[in-house]
Amino acid sequence: MMNSPRSPDDRSVIAFSDVTHGYGGSPLLHGVSVRIAPGSFHFLTGPSGAGKTTLLKLCYRDLVPQQGSVSVFGQETAQMDRDAVALLRRRVGVVHQDCRFLDHLTIDENVALPVTVSGRHIDPAELGELLAWVGLSRRAGALPAELSGGERQRAALARAVITAPEILIADEPTGNLDWDMSLRLLTLLVELNRMGKTILIATHDLNLIRAAKTQVSARVLRIANRRVELAGADL
Amino acid sequence: MTRVFDHVIAVIAGRGPANRIVPPSGATVWPTVLAAGAMAFLAVFALSVALATDRLADRWADSLAHSATVRVTVAPDQADQAVDSVLRILAQTPGIAEARALDQQEISQLLAPWLGAELPLEDLPLPRLIEIRETDAGFDAESLRLRLSAEVPGAELDDHARWRRPLVLAAGRIRALGMVSLGLIVAAMAAMVTLAARAALAANRQVIEVLRLVGARDAYIARAFVRRFTHRAGTGALVGTLVGMSAIALLPGPAQEGAGFLSGLGFRGAEWLLPLVIPVVAAIVAFAATRAAARGALREVQ
Ligand SMILES: Nc1ncnc2c1ncn2[C@@H]1O[C@H](COP(=O)(O)OP(=O)(O)OP(=O)(O)O)[C@@H](O)[C@H]1O
Ligand SMILES: [Mg+2]
Repeated sequence: MMNSPRSPDDRSVIAFSDVTHGYGGSPLLHGVSVRIAPGSFHFLTGPSGAGKTTLLKLCYRDLVPQQGSVSVFGQETAQMDRDAVALLRRRVGVVHQDCRFLDHLTIDENVALPVTVSGRHIDPAELGELLAWVGLSRRAGALPAELSGGERQRAALARAVITAPEILIADEPTGNLDWDMSLRLLTLLVELNRMGKTILIATHDLNLIRAAKTQVSARVLRIANRRVELAGADL
Repeated sequence: MTRVFDHVIAVIAGRGPANRIVPPSGATVWPTVLAAGAMAFLAVFALSVALATDRLADRWADSLAHSATVRVTVAPDQADQAVDSVLRILAQTPGIAEARALDQQEISQLLAPWLGAELPLEDLPLPRLIEIRETDAGFDAESLRLRLSAEVPGAELDDHARWRRPLVLAAGRIRALGMVSLGLIVAAMAAMVTLAARAALAANRQVIEVLRLVGARDAYIARAFVRRFTHRAGTGALVGTLVGMSAIALLPGPAQEGAGFLSGLGFRGAEWLLPLVIPVVAAIVAFAATRAAARGALREVQ
């Protein structure tokens, strides 16, 4: 144990330790320490502009904390070289708030992208199954610009899980969805959690959180006063 | 090193997965191909000039090696003394590396093709010959001629080959210019590919960001651009080279008398293989330039 670099965070897949981060001016996050256990289901809430997206970006090393440290899978993100960052992102699936597709590729190509860039070949049957799972079988050949907001978000979810990542991070995944579609997406996320994935979702939608709590034991982190606190059961 | 090699092989073979990942950057295609083609065309000419002047300089330098002789035509009994005087004068003349009197046998050998080997040359009043090898700087022929005529009557300087000396110098310079031109062409090609690659990388900044977000390594992303520009520059240069070689092949051959230097401007025999190196060099230059540009651009993306 003594010399193990992972010793403080052995049981967490994501560990923030005294993290302070901002974009000039006063920091958005100040002295934040958070642990995310493997296989857990977390929501992240807070008012718009509180820093939810920023916190998620720290998790997949789109950002490096200005102070403190973020460790993912026991590895400190600030210490990773560029190839290590690439490998980290294959183990952490992300549904971005603005989806971020390649506009010149079709939906199935976009969904397969994380596999393609890792130099492997995608099994077409597997890809078809995944598209069916998010209800996009008939839109596979469409370009991203031709999809509705909800279709884009489901495609983004499919892309996020195609490498079978251990952690799934979703930033406002139901932002563009009606209630029925939100529930369908939630069901997909709960399914993934039952398969053992660690789930972290940023959302404003308290109804979504309530609905989730009827299906899994989800915990709610809230950003308030530049800190992250565990919200009570009184939502 | 083996990774770089695999990379090169993948590019040449047109393999590699990143083909469609980066959108076709149409705007940079034709400028790149055209510039590479034009550069290769110029390179063919620079190469042929360098080779032609090289040959010419060799030939001229050969004849310069024994560029002058002094002929001593005096009565046989005074010949040895006269030759000694000439040798003494030559030894004092600056710019002469070596002066040597040919012996009777060497003179016989020189004359044999004209007079026949059996002729008893000993009986003929042959002139004596002194061969001069000059230094690179050369000697002053006019003052040597004056001094010889004053001090050794019957000694005559024959420097018919010396007029080529400035030409040999010029040929050396032209060859050097050809080499410099080749170097400049390579540099211009590298600069041009760098510019085109930077433009393509900047235009695809968002694509690069998404690729990094879904877990692409830098090498993978760089490869998509490197393949593209290596292929374009190589193809353009191949066409330019072939056109340039055809143009050279159509020049009047050495059969036409009096064409002189111009007729020497082609490639000879195996030299025809040399310009085929140009597209390979172009591809290597494009490969290296794009790789460097891609590394720079990737450093700005997380
Ligand atoms: N790259 C950036 N440069 C400067 N400021 C930024 C940058 N990214 C975010 N911010 C600012 O930081 C604050 C927090 O942004 P962030 O996107 O983390 O908020 P959020 O909680 O996700 O908000 P929302 O719920 O609206 O998505 C905002 O005020 C935003 O304007
Ligand atoms: Mg946000």
